[in-house]
Amino acid sequence: MSVRFLALLIVMTATGALAQGFAGLGTKSEGFSVPEPGHTLVFPDDHGPHPDFRIEWWYLTANLNDGNGTDYGLQWTLFRSALLPKADNGWSASQTWMAHAAVTTANRHFSTERFSRGGIGQAGVAANPFSAWIDDWHMTSRSAAGEDQLAALHVTARGLDFSYDIKLTASGPLVLHGESGLSVKSASGQASYYYSQPFYTVTGKINLPSGQVEVSGQAWLDREWSSQPLDPDQTGWDWLSMHFDDGSKLMGFRLRSRSAETYTSATWIDPAGKATAYGDGALRMVPGPTQRVADREVPTVWRLQLAERDLDITIEALNTQSWMETLVPYWEGPVIADGSHRGRGYLEMTGYQ
Amino acid sequence: MTGAGFAALLSHWRYRPLQLATLIVGLALATGLWTGVQAINSEARSSYARAAAALGQDTLERLQSKVGRPIAADRFVALRRAGWLVSPVVEGTLRLGRIRVRVMGIDVFTLPQRATPIGPSGNAGIADFVAGDDLVLVHPETAAALVDRDLNLRTSLQVAPGSLVADISSAWALLKRQDFDYLMVAPNQPDGLAPLSEIAPDLKRVAPDPQGDIARLTDSFHLNLTAFGFLSFAVGLFIVHATIGLAFEQRRTVIRTLRALGMPNRTVILLLLAETVFLALIAGLLGVVLGYFIAALLLPDVAATLAGLYGTSVPGSLALRPDWILTGIAIAFGGALLAVGQGLWRMARMPLLAPAQPRAWAMASLKNSRWTALAAAALLLTSLAMAWLGGSLLTGFLILGTLLLGAALLLPTLLILALRLGARMARSAMAEWVWADMRQQVPGLSLALMALMLALAANIGVGTMVESFRNTFTGWLDQRLASELYVSANSEAQAEDLRAFLSERADAVLPIRTTEVEIGGLPVFLYGIADHATYRNHWPLLERTENVWDRVADGDGALINEQLFRRGGYRRGDRLPVAPGWTEEIVGVYSDYGNPTGQVIVNHDKLMGYFPDIPKLRHAVRVPPEEASAVAEALVEELGLSPDNILNQADAKRFSLTVFDRTFLVTGALNTLTLGIAGFAILANLLTLSTMRLSQIAPVWAVGTTRASLARLEMLRTLALAVLTWLVALPVGLLLAWVLLAIVNVEAFGWRLPMFVFPMDWLRLLALAMIAAGLAAAIPVWRLARTRPASFLKVFVHER
Repeated sequence: MSVRFLALLIVMTATGALAQGFAGLGTKSEGFSVPEPGHTLVFPDDHGPHPDFRIEWWYLTANLNDGNGTDYGLQWTLFRSALLPKADNGWSASQTWMAHAAVTTANRHFSTERFSRGGIGQAGVAANPFSAWIDDWHMTSRSAAGEDQLAALHVTARGLDFSYDIKLTASGPLVLHGESGLSVKSASGQASYYYSQPFYTVTGKINLPSGQVEVSGQAWLDREWSSQPLDPDQTGWDWLSMHFDDGSKLMGFRLRSRSAETYTSATWIDPAGKATAYGDGALRMVPGPTQRVADREVPTVWRLQLAERDLDITIEALNTQSWMETLVPYWEGPVIADGSHRGRGYLEMTGYQ
Repeated sequence: MTGAGFAALLSHWRYRPLQLATLIVGLALATGLWTGVQAINSEARSSYARAAAALGQDTLERLQSKVGRPIAADRFVALRRAGWLVSPVVEGTLRLGRIRVRVMGIDVFTLPQRATPIGPSGNAGIADFVAGDDLVLVHPETAAALVDRDLNLRTSLQVAPGSLVADISSAWALLKRQDFDYLMVAPNQPDGLAPLSEIAPDLKRVAPDPQGDIARLTDSFHLNLTAFGFLSFAVGLFIVHATIGLAFEQRRTVIRTLRALGMPNRTVILLLLAETVFLALIAGLLGVVLGYFIAALLLPDVAATLAGLYGTSVPGSLALRPDWILTGIAIAFGGALLAVGQGLWRMARMPLLAPAQPRAWAMASLKNSRWTALAAAALLLTSLAMAWLGGSLLTGFLILGTLLLGAALLLPTLLILALRLGARMARSAMAEWVWADMRQQVPGLSLALMALMLALAANIGVGTMVESFRNTFTGWLDQRLASELYVSANSEAQAEDLRAFLSERADAVLPIRTTEVEIGGLPVFLYGIADHATYRNHWPLLERTENVWDRVADGDGALINEQLFRRGGYRRGDRLPVAPGWTEEIVGVYSDYGNPTGQVIVNHDKLMGYFPDIPKLRHAVRVPPEEASAVAEALVEELGLSPDNILNQADAKRFSLTVFDRTFLVTGALNTLTLGIAGFAILANLLTLSTMRLSQIAPVWAVGTTRASLARLEMLRTLALAVLTWLVALPVGLLLAWVLLAIVNVEAFGWRLPMFVFPMDWLRLLALAMIAAGLAAAIPVWRLARTRPASFLKVFVHER
């Protein structure tokens, strides 16, 4: 999952967002479809948009290195947010789009965002052949017809002071989270449809003010859609995706609440792509010391334990200041894991005032 | 000692409350008119600044069609997909019930950050603008006029009055359009984009305009207002100067006593200065309050004028702004110090025990009057020289200033000369005394009479200009608006239907094609017209070559408007660079009143050959006048054209004349106020003189003249002085009118107007002047008639 809920924020005024949980994710879902147990995801159709659900995203994070071993993080996200539960219709904007792109190094963090209404071709997603775009940014399938459309991708984005152009090739299958892709987000039953492609290897170029670098590494694509993914009392979340050195992967999140205990969920993915879902409480996420980031305290070191997998690791941000200076700001950046398992991944934290 | 001295000096005012009132009211009036004009200007300027900043127009580049076409919606998407950070804007005007509004449609998703107040960073969320909510942002004043409309209004002070800001989709629905007028270009663009000259060769980048067209266009209007404000202030200052001078003279005995008691001259001067500052503060505050009310009274008319002349929107209500409040108080101080300066200067150099006698004062003034006559001559010569050299709007106003001031300073000398002539004709001792006494009065009244003369001259000058303009304008409208109907279509398809529909019903359908070009760095509108009797018989040409219409019809020459002609310094026969690679001989010049920009008229086919993309939407339609309204109705009912797209000749003329009249309503109001101030000046002077003159009248009473006849003579004298002043004001006013018509108008607006004279207006003014002077003299005369004989006798008792 992830931030990703951010999409809805563009629907809200700033005060409205505060009143109704982070980015308005606690709002009701009248007229919109809601995720149901027992539903089966169908590909390639479900790679495309679901306009009858309120929010949806195509969320890519990558941990990369250049030839000298320098670490880079990279993010490309397209959010869809529906104002009305119907497909686009000209300029009336029942569907809206927002995109974030970022590149993180150990001491710099570049980020930018774009907005568009649906229905006019400035932004959108097509399932087959797969293509997601906004302005001149795009995530386009390089797969042959008939193959999984997400198996090979070409991704570009451009900000004022950075750009990138990367090619991704998947070495494993799509992974469904929760129960056949139904990922529960709270004790009261809020849920989303959620699947990932965590097995990408990446090559490409990043342009920064300091010059162009050739990079390679690993990437993780999340696909998620829902209509009311959070309980109104939930104030934010901490989400992470990890690539361990032994080839196994971990997705985990912790939802914070005003009134109740935090709610956690995890998916363990073995190197062959077999996924095991863990419900509330199996994954323990304990925040470590905080850092001053954009005038607030944010924990950039965490201890993670998943007893069933003998996992006990500490993760630490590559750059503690991985702050997304976007319309609704949040922390998103690459992390390095040490302890029972070594590896790297991405951490996202929202709702820190 | 100092305290007691100050109290002694101040006690003067306690005994002469009327003089104190005169001083304060005079200064307050002067400050008030000036402040009022400044408040109006300030309000208008802030409104222009807001309009210029609307949607970041003052800081953001734009992308627009080279030939003035709308931009198709998919062009915007194509440019975004190519990576360019552009954001579309659609603009149009719309009649909503009683008011016309300017609709601005924006894309809330791509609006650059500087294009506040709306957009992701603004005060409303994106969702409020789209998906059926259709939020419309308006100024509170506009919102009040739209309450009965079915619009989802939210007020914002960031939006200019008279404008609606809404999302593209809502604006399109209101304007019935599907395209854009221009694209805003975000100031920072990513690197490595394909150049716009390649991907959008038909669009041009237009630099941001920090000032805004409106502010530039209206500059001359505001300069006009400022000039009138200054004139009023000058007239008011005359009063203050006269009153303060008088107070100085009357306090000579007090000052003499203070000095004799040992108070240093410096302390006396400082005390008098402190008194001036104190009085100026009171008067300044009063003046600012007065200015506020004057401005609030005049602002709705000014706003209407600006809307009619320049299409600008200025709110009809006034905000308190520190700039004009502080300037108002400062100018009251400046004025008071200026007025008191001469008195202090004289006092500092006056012998310690100089006797304080009215006649001595008058004699001193007389000696002064030689110098003022010399100064007047110098000013008038300067004025003449500047008129000869000419040059700019500022020169125009300087000519006006020197002319008026010179004439005012010359007035006492002229009056005294006239009175000497009169005295020669005197046949009796009584008559001789009357003439001599009038001459004796001139120095004391001269400042008030100067003020009256200025007010009269300004009235005659401005009145002549306005009436001349109106005469010319009315005739010009008849020529210029020769077609019965002016019809525009919303699309080329509709335009074709329109032409087909009209081909059977109208005598002629004349295309009006226009595009914007740049000549000499300024925007100029280029028109293409078809050859037709409508133009040949009616078009108002100021200059023409032989066969001018044949040459335009053959595509061998261009007509230009007077504004472009004068601004560019062209002569007939010059070649005009119309567009790159296209020059045209100037074969005629036409008058084009009320238009702030330059215009060129060429042959229709030649224009369309050069700019094939010009939209073919507008038409002038000739029909028999009695059928005009039937054809207009048919266009609406049978063709489905919106009534907003049809303008008939009669409405256009009426609208133009209304705008015209409102334009000069403000000038008229200022004029009347100035005249009022001058009347007050005379009253003030006569009041103070009347007490002093007792010693001169007493001997005449003593030799047997009744109080009643003395009062009659007093009144006659005042009226005679008013008539003489009017006689001087007449030529000055006509000169003023000439300067306004031939210099100021040309520089400010780019057109020269023929001068007409209106003798009936002069007589009306004479009557006004006599009424003003008569009213001003009424109280002193009444007092004289009621003076107790004992008071007359006291003069002899106290004979110094």
